[in-house]
Amino acid sequence: MNAISSREAERDNSSAVDQLPNGPVAAAILSAGIGCCALGILAVIGDGSAAAARLLTFYLPTGPLSGVTTTAILVWLLSWLILARRWRSKTVAIAKVNTVAFALLGLSLLLTFPPFADLLLGK
Amino acid sequence: MEISVRALASELHGMFIGGFFLMAVFGVIVELFKSKYVKQPSELTARGQSLRSFYLFVTPALGWIAVLMGAYIVYPWYRAIPPAIVGSLAGYPQRLLLSRPGTSGWHRVGMEWKEHVGWFAPMAITMVAYVMTKQRLVMKKYPQIRTAVLVFALVALVSGGIAGFFGAMIDNHAPVKGGATIHLVSEGK
Repeated sequence: MNAISSREAERDNSSAVDQLPNGPVAAAILSAGIGCCALGILAVIGDGSAAAARLLTFYLPTGPLSGVTTTAILVWLLSWLILARRWRSKTVAIAKVNTVAFALLGLSLLLTFPPFADLLLGK
Repeated sequence: MEISVRALASELHGMFIGGFFLMAVFGVIVELFKSKYVKQPSELTARGQSLRSFYLFVTPALGWIAVLMGAYIVYPWYRAIPPAIVGSLAGYPQRLLLSRPGTSGWHRVGMEWKEHVGWFAPMAITMVAYVMTKQRLVMKKYPQIRTAVLVFALVALVSGGIAGFFGAMIDNHAPVKGGATIHLVSEGK
């Protein structure tokens, strides 16, 4: 009797897993890529223009790094919030989401690498 | 035996919090690899679940404390601008590094990279911790999600490692020092 009810519970659990949408996880993965990429882009902008560097100086002792990182974190959290709301109960093409997130992550790593950023800025 | 407040803060930021963060991220990566080869169903006890959740809360917390402490406490000391006439650049690490061709690269490449790339680590590991804590069943269902989570965890380890490596090298060439002195052990005769 116990074995039967345990098997039934397992089956119920597995059907519940089958119905789980991947949207919330996809939102978390993609927004992490977006946040990292925003940081890379802002770092290059802050490095390339004195006006942008001034604008990004939220806290004088830390300089433009304060604005670059704070803005990137806001972009990350905001994109996470928006995507999570949109994809809350949806199942999305996770392979495509992964590809875009990895591309953004790779780009962000490149953009923060000073020799590459200098090349972009023609320094 | 004594240490300056700035040196202590720098060590806490890099060696202690940053070091523990890297070890914790490595643990997360091991757990992710392990979960790929576990026979199903494999369930933790309630106590095991709460310990796992605690671990996955502490790991990103260490990362955030490390980057915030680095950017808002240690970095201002590092980039301090010396007065027009100064006898020694010892209290101005950034200027000290830039004053010699042999060390300027530690700032131009090392610090410029470290100050940005280090932030990827807490962002990436926060996402990883969220998925591992709140979306475990979804991760079991979609193997591609496990791959993505693993890649982000590896990026957190590598970016944190880059920041840690350059932090240690920069501190080796131009340490952050100054401020009040803390006497750790009084010297005898």
